[in-house]
Amino acid sequence: MILAQESGPLFDWDWVARNWDQIIDRTWEHVTLTVVSVAIGMALSLGLSIVAVRWRKAYAPITWITGLLYTIPSLALFALLVPIVGLNATNAVIALTSYTLLILIRNTVAGIDGVPASVVEAADGMGYTRRARFWKMEVPLALPAIVAGIRIATVTTVGLVTVTAVLGLGGYGFFILRGLNTFFWTQIIVGVTLSVALATLFDLGFVWAQRWLTPWARGAR
Amino acid sequence: MIRLDNVTMMFTGGTRPAVDRLSLDVDRGDFVTLVGPSGCGKTTTLKMINRLIEPTSGRILINGQDALAVPAYELRRSIGYVIQQIGLFPHRTVAQNIATVPLLLGWDRARIDERVGELVELVGLEPAILTRYPPELSGGQQQRVGVARALAADPPVLLMDEPFGAVDPIVRKRLQQEFLQLQQRLGKTVVFVTHDIDEAVFMGTRTAILNMGGVLEQYDTPETILAKPANAFVENFLGGERGLKRLALRPVSQIGLERGPVVDVATTGDEALRVMDEHEVDWVGLVDGDRLLGWVDGSKLDGGDLRLLEPRPFLVSLDSQSSLREALDAVVTSHARVAVVVDDGVYKGMLDLEAIAEEITE
Repeated sequence: MILAQESGPLFDWDWVARNWDQIIDRTWEHVTLTVVSVAIGMALSLGLSIVAVRWRKAYAPITWITGLLYTIPSLALFALLVPIVGLNATNAVIALTSYTLLILIRNTVAGIDGVPASVVEAADGMGYTRRARFWKMEVPLALPAIVAGIRIATVTTVGLVTVTAVLGLGGYGFFILRGLNTFFWTQIIVGVTLSVALATLFDLGFVWAQRWLTPWARGAR
Repeated sequence: MIRLDNVTMMFTGGTRPAVDRLSLDVDRGDFVTLVGPSGCGKTTTLKMINRLIEPTSGRILINGQDALAVPAYELRRSIGYVIQQIGLFPHRTVAQNIATVPLLLGWDRARIDERVGELVELVGLEPAILTRYPPELSGGQQQRVGVARALAADPPVLLMDEPFGAVDPIVRKRLQQEFLQLQQRLGKTVVFVTHDIDEAVFMGTRTAILNMGGVLEQYDTPETILAKPANAFVENFLGGERGLKRLALRPVSQIGLERGPVVDVATTGDEALRVMDEHEVDWVGLVDGDRLLGWVDGSKLDGGDLRLLEPRPFLVSLDSQSSLREALDAVVTSHARVAVVVDDGVYKGMLDLEAIAEEITE
């Protein structure tokens, strides 16, 4: 292929060595954008999920609005936000966060709905207040579903962060975009590989965290 | 202890009340079973006592105090609650499940641990089970944990909604008997919902029979209900074999037992023949002191030493706690047409068909 001929060997290890500092910086950027966006998304969706569980009528509008947000192409959303917040990390975080909401809320509400009615009735009958029942019974029992949502949201966000390269950010997306512009394969491969690796690491981290958080689900069943 | 005063519950959207002007008094230490067809409002009635459902009108007094006088969660912590689906908290160990109400009441760690230990023993569970999670337990074990959890803070009142409905019949029978023994020691005031009339009359000291829409048809001791059903509905609901059901409620110890055609092996064959004549039977029971050896056919008696005979054992032997229904079964299946009663190896006496029939038709 012409691209490969022009840029020498398909993968240039020297480039990696020479740009090590930059790779570290972009890793940090990628992780930060992901963690901040997912964390804000989690906080917002927990709040909205509480609203949806408490007032069932609110659930449909909440999913409708977050569903609508979810359908907006990411590039368009970044562009839409530029006149409002400018071309910066805030723009990226707002867009990335908005994509996590639908998944997180749906999973949280489904998880809480999945708590057996008998458990809720027993908790009430034992004298739990509504608030205590929510935090001590419903949230812990919904954890597997909630964590499943966080895993999907995080993996999606890690991928989407690369698109923020158009805002001059992008984490590993920076390498992908520059590689595409200069037909330099090594950068593209580094960007894609590290992005996939990061998503995998996050995912494994959550699998482990869930095992640790839900010791009751480990036993024979 | 618990007084329902003209209580009505109308669910939103319902055309008829689920419970209609129900008044019911439960005395301290009473074991009241609420029974009736589905839709009779028995579970609704139960849930109104701990305010899981709040009545549309009427009053509920617990220990003289209006149930509405304290916050619902506070009221519920003072009332034990057991439901059919048990509702153990799957994310908490057995020990944590049992400790639920003490934790809510803010007991200290040491007191909770001690109480959990007591309860495990009380309901007949192995202490090793305490660190396990509920899904790892059998149905019977889960139900015992459910009872232990309800008893944890030693509430004076216990509400039970078909607590043994989800376990198989053999385990159910055992749990019923165990719970009655427990109740004899604890003396709780129990309100117990069931759809099973046999369970209702077996468990209760008083039984309330409810009709559709929470109408109280009869509220009395099981014995009286079976002997004198208040109306056609109750009679119909009790079903057939009312006589047998009544027999099932009475222990053998209520009947004055006869000694029966029994002689001591230390006496003579002549004495044995005399006893047989006296009772107009063709067999005789042999005892050695207060120990029952069995019986021998009259034709085997030859006037010789009774010790040389080989008595045949009575196949079924009851104790004083056996029911008259079991006694009846023993009578009709025994060759001698009697049921023998032996407590801890000591011969108490025997009863025949006539004695049982007299008891039921008195």
